[in-house]
Amino acid sequence: MTRTSALNRAVVRGLSPFGGDRAARLVPQARLAGPMPWVIAIMVALTVVAAAGGLALQNMVEAARAELSGGATVQVIEAFPAAREEQARAVETALAADPAVASYRRVPEAELDALLEPWLGVGSADATVPVPALIDVRLRGAADRAAIDRLQTRLLDVAPDARVDAQSGWLQPVFGAITSLQWLAIALVVLLALTSAAAVWLAARSALGSNRNTIEIVHLLGGTDGQIARIFQRSVGYDAALGGAVGLAIGIAGVVVLGRQFAALASGMVAGGGLTLPDWLTLAAIPVAGVAIAVITARLTVLAAVRRML
Amino acid sequence: MSDFDSEIVAFDNVGLRYGTEGEVLRDVSFTLYPGSFYFLTGASGAGKTSLLKLLYLAQRPSRGAIRMFGADVITLPRARLPAFRRRLGVVFQDFRLVSHLSAFDNVALPLRVSGVPESDIAKPVADMLDWVGLSHRHEARPATLSGGEQQRVAIARAVIGRPDMLIADEPTGNVDPEMALKLLRLFEALNRLGTTVVVATHDVHLLKKVPDSLIMRLDKGQLSDPTGALRYPPRAAHRERPAS
Ligand SMILES: Nc1ncnc2c1ncn2[C@@H]1O[C@H](COP(=O)(O)OP(=O)(O)O)[C@@H](O)[C@H]1O
Ligand SMILES: [Mg+2]
Repeated sequence: MTRTSALNRAVVRGLSPFGGDRAARLVPQARLAGPMPWVIAIMVALTVVAAAGGLALQNMVEAARAELSGGATVQVIEAFPAAREEQARAVETALAADPAVASYRRVPEAELDALLEPWLGVGSADATVPVPALIDVRLRGAADRAAIDRLQTRLLDVAPDARVDAQSGWLQPVFGAITSLQWLAIALVVLLALTSAAAVWLAARSALGSNRNTIEIVHLLGGTDGQIARIFQRSVGYDAALGGAVGLAIGIAGVVVLGRQFAALASGMVAGGGLTLPDWLTLAAIPVAGVAIAVITARLTVLAAVRRML
Repeated sequence: MSDFDSEIVAFDNVGLRYGTEGEVLRDVSFTLYPGSFYFLTGASGAGKTSLLKLLYLAQRPSRGAIRMFGADVITLPRARLPAFRRRLGVVFQDFRLVSHLSAFDNVALPLRVSGVPESDIAKPVADMLDWVGLSHRHEARPATLSGGEQQRVAIARAVIGRPDMLIADEPTGNVDPEMALKLLRLFEALNRLGTTVVVATHDVHLLKKVPDSLIMRLDKGQLSDPTGALRYPPRAAHRERPAS
């Protein structure tokens, strides 16, 4: 009980003589009236959305890679159901005999229908559009080009309309695009951090300008550079914390809404693009990093300015 | 040697120029002894404020040497200057009060800068405001105070920390003769407690009001020494020192 109140006092006093509220009161607070909290709120919100996008893409790629490594798909593209069924059976028999195949699974028509439904509409599968027979194959080794070619050659003997694809193969351009998007997300996060620092720098400089008289007085009364910097650090810290909290709320709301939109799109490909608990914690750490950037920027700006005084 | 030990300030051939203009202070040499009361006089523009700025460490001289509290303050690392400034009390010619702080908080500022605990601040500050006759205005912002009241807040702030040296630039410029005399008595009381006092004024009538005071005169940036006190340790200094 006494310990918490002592701790409270220490926090309020800023852990040093002339820290805390007393020092902070030396600079009139702009708080909500000033642009600082809002600039930081916007920066944090954008950073949260960009980082969430990057993390979701990362998760998606990882899930897809894990699922697809060593995976191949055999399609039997034949318009007549009877012939298609016959070739599919032959493919299954060949796969069962192949020592390079770990397992295989005929994708049931119902599942195929469900998969295609978003694109083709309900009930289309058994009507006019011919749907290929699909067999998922898991190879013992990697599904590289040589393995795929070997399998293709082998299957052509028993099923002339069978086409073998590495599952990661047809996704490769998608992986490439996603990797670019991730770099874009990282670049955005870095740019936003730099822009926030620049905004705080400008705000600290203007605060220095409008409080020059106070600074000179504290300086002449024997205030140290550190004491003077703390006055501003604290005020900027408050602003940044406020802006960070608002920005986090806006950013998370944006991420949740976007997440819902993508979830509605969820077919096999986008599944696994959700955010894990560590991802959410990372997002929650963004405003904390924002406050740190703001406080450090303010400190360096103020120190650089007061060092010019004797 | 013993004189050297007991000095509180020593200027040696100090010159000061602002920018590329001619020197505002030329060949200024003097020594201040602890416990003495000095007046710095001279016409307006003679360089009194400039000399005090050197004294309260707001300005570096263009040439010459300045020793204070036994240290060469010209070559002292910047980080060590705040500790020296905290031993000084300064009444600035333009007061320099913090405009958004109350009279109370302005007076409390030096104590807070020095890290005096909050519990030891309220009473001394209230007493000091009472002494300068402003206890009823302790919540007032400087802008709502008259020139004379602001000056008294500035004086209260300068003496609240019981400085080793009080430096006052025209401290009676905005008050009526009665209050001027009262403030001089405050400075004298402080002086008797051991504080060295330096008061710059262009008002020659003030000089006679402090009998034991020593007078420095600035004329167009050059110092003259009408009482000879700056060359020889004054009586007040002898009074403070143990017999040798
Ligand atoms: N910051 C400054 N920059 C340039 N010139 C200055 C500055 N301060 C004072 N001066 C000049 O130095 C001279 C002495 O001024 P000052 O020290 O204020 O004299 P006093 O206090 O005796 O009236 C004046 O000519 C004044 O114009
Ligand atoms: Mg002057």
